[in-house]
Amino acid sequence: MSLLSVRDLAVDFRIDEATTLRAVKGIGFDVAERSTVALVGESGSGKSVTALAIMGLLPRENARVHPASRIDYLGRDLLGLPGRELQALRGAEISMIFQEPMSSLNPVFTVGFQIAEALRQHRALPASQARPRALQLLGEVGLAEPQARLGAYPFQLSGGEQQRVMIAMAIACEPKLLIADEPTTALDVTVQRQILELIAGLQARRRMSVLFITHDLSLVGEIADQVVVMRDGEIREQGSAERIFSAPQDAYTRALLACRPPLDRRPQRLPVIDDFMGGTGPKPGERRRGLRGDEPIILEARGLAKSFYFRDGLFGRRELKAVRCASFKLAKGKTLGVVGESGSGKTTVGLLLMRLHKASGGAVLFEGRDLLPLPPKAAYSYKRRIQIVFQNPYASLNPRFTVGQILMEPMQIHGVGSGEAGRRALSLELLDKVGLAADSFAKYPHEFSGGQRQRIAIARALTLRPEVLICDESVSALDVSVQAQLLNLLQDLQDEYAMSYLFISHDLAVVRYMADQVMVMKDGEIVEIAGPDEIYSSPKHPYTRLLLSSMPGRAQQ
Amino acid sequence: MNASPGVWLLAWRRFERDRLGLACLVVVLMYAAVMAAAAAGWIVRDWSEEVAVTYAPPTFLGPEAPRGAPAAAAAEAAPQGAREDYGIPDPLAGDLAEIARELAGVSATETRAATLAFGADKWGRDVLKKAVKGTETSLFVGLVAAALAAFLGTLSGALAGYRGGWIDDLFNWLYSVFTSIPYLLLVLAVAAVVNQKGVLTVILILGLTGWTGIFRLIRAEYMKHKVREYVLAADAIGASDGRRMFVHILPNVSHVVLVQLSLHVVLFIKSEVILSFLGFGVGVDTVSWGSMLAEAQSELILGKWWQIAAATLAMALLVTAFSLLTDALRDALDPRLK
Repeated sequence: MSLLSVRDLAVDFRIDEATTLRAVKGIGFDVAERSTVALVGESGSGKSVTALAIMGLLPRENARVHPASRIDYLGRDLLGLPGRELQALRGAEISMIFQEPMSSLNPVFTVGFQIAEALRQHRALPASQARPRALQLLGEVGLAEPQARLGAYPFQLSGGEQQRVMIAMAIACEPKLLIADEPTTALDVTVQRQILELIAGLQARRRMSVLFITHDLSLVGEIADQVVVMRDGEIREQGSAERIFSAPQDAYTRALLACRPPLDRRPQRLPVIDDFMGGTGPKPGERRRGLRGDEPIILEARGLAKSFYFRDGLFGRRELKAVRCASFKLAKGKTLGVVGESGSGKTTVGLLLMRLHKASGGAVLFEGRDLLPLPPKAAYSYKRRIQIVFQNPYASLNPRFTVGQILMEPMQIHGVGSGEAGRRALSLELLDKVGLAADSFAKYPHEFSGGQRQRIAIARALTLRPEVLICDESVSALDVSVQAQLLNLLQDLQDEYAMSYLFISHDLAVVRYMADQVMVMKDGEIVEIAGPDEIYSSPKHPYTRLLLSSMPGRAQQ
Repeated sequence: MNASPGVWLLAWRRFERDRLGLACLVVVLMYAAVMAAAAAGWIVRDWSEEVAVTYAPPTFLGPEAPRGAPAAAAAEAAPQGAREDYGIPDPLAGDLAEIARELAGVSATETRAATLAFGADKWGRDVLKKAVKGTETSLFVGLVAAALAAFLGTLSGALAGYRGGWIDDLFNWLYSVFTSIPYLLLVLAVAAVVNQKGVLTVILILGLTGWTGIFRLIRAEYMKHKVREYVLAADAIGASDGRRMFVHILPNVSHVVLVQLSLHVVLFIKSEVILSFLGFGVGVDTVSWGSMLAEAQSELILGKWWQIAAATLAMALLVTAFSLLTDALRDALDPRLK
């Protein structure tokens, strides 16, 4: 018998008086007892809306569930339940963990208090019993020194520890169903691996069911029994995890599986959704990577260092070494991949190269000339030659500028192009190059999707015809299918303009696909530099080995 | 290529749907029109003419019981009696009679109205016209002083927030000095230094003391925005500091400035009233709601309430409308706050 059964679920969102958006279009699936079901889809697929509908947490003012929808939990329709009963069910029988543990925990209460609160609320446990129970839960989710953690505030914990606390709160009342909405997306790969294992272990031990919501198909292969693939509010395909991975029926599922860079091959271009939906299939061809060793060096860092200082007490100050003595070379027309987890200093390296942060020491040689001691005026001409594409396309474009203004501004500053008309023509040409329509010119950034915005950011960097392009997690915030398109675009641009890339990413599969040389960073230090195939087949440093073993989907490859 | 709606147009579309906000905008615009017309001299140019009897009550109350009439009758009777007593004609008899008649409210040269639509003040000036003329002063002071304060606050906030370091310290020190002195004391001190009554002085006082709140907010906004990726991106393409501050960041915080501007207009209209009430406001040759309230102080003892009522009503309507307009503006400009 199934624990939860969703039938004909349809949810409308009111955008304004005139328009409504159907986010979920009549879907149905079951969650059996003691099983893990993965709801997979890209942004806008309606997967999170489905989860919120099950929890009864849809915003009342603008969301409407279609009257024919049914969500049966052990024979009771959750949608018809009065608010009080639903609240009693929520947290006790069905509980949920979210993507951002930091914003889901209340910053002014201790961890122990927040776990105990869930117990007092639903189990009516007195404080004297709730506390030892909370301690026991913290131990169960694998938090080190649970006794000390009980009195800690959320900000004193790392992201992974916070997510463990969230899970402890969620399982406090022994729910039958745990809904996990992208629980590992905001975490580093090594931590992601631990959390996944924790959820899988709890599911087996506690005999509960898990509804695991994610955008990353490679994650679910290891933990899910059933997989439901959603797109645009519809279910494209559902079935057992083995069947979905071994013999996907739907073109979209096949495309999702294929557009992640594979670990055993290096196709000339990554397949994108359109290849599958259009029926043409992926294009053949292998790409060669790696350095011969005699390429000219365009950019070199020697002993690059950066320290941040924090005030400590009244007079003291604390030093944080973000980058320590980093030395590397970037060959002309090639790609240097930089891999590391958050706090490894990989982003700081990019900013130091561009002089966006002031280095504490070392040298940056551009064609043999040290950029760091140059006065601002002299460094100005080098700004043209090194450009950067940031991680978050929602933050890196000025929302008050039109795309035209965004593209023409760097040209105005550096005097590129002949007059307004010339710059306009150049902008339109670049828009075409990055695959955007000409009428984007007069639009504002908010009218574009994340992938399109990143194309605009790339076009902006290209306006100055840079020789070095720093891609700082430039595709990390995007859906996998969009990621593939942008990686193809970056590759095409490199082929055409012979640009050199510094490709910074936490995603090892992507770096392996893009880079001719890979540099692994940890705590501000470069622990290993090697060719991409070498580093993946025979990693030297233990940290590199740890990173590789944490890669999702490695088991299936 | 058809143009896309910018942020301001989108904000206007949200504002358009707010009925109360629109109504308040109409009220405020009407006040502004009155202010402009009064300043141009199209209306109430004759506000200072003494057209009615002293404290002529509003028409709907009817004329006051002629308090002076028995006295006048006695005065007219008196000279006759004097003549009878001494048999000497009084050389001042004619003048005295005229003074007596004047006291009774009947001038020799003009006839003054016994009642006015909204009453008259001590000198027989029309209270309604005074209130309209007062609108000119009060609203003008509010608008210009708020613009001055917003300009100073935005500029200092931008510099302090963006630059940080000693510039930030300097402005923070100034801010602390300004805010640690009790507000009225500060205003009085500036007023004493300037030592010249007039609209411009009031504007200067309010503008120079009122920038602190805006400074604090704009400084915080700049600190928040200067580390955003779009500003970093502007740095990466080689935009200068000034360009990043005013071309990139300012449009992104301009909604804060606009809401603060609107808020400070209300604040300064009220401040002007307080200043004038305390006698540090506009001079005697002009009128503001504050000076009307100051006059009304002594009138209230005599039970002449219409001057205070006129000034209060005029002010309350504008301040309420402006405050609601500010709220509507905030909702329209920053829908996430709702």
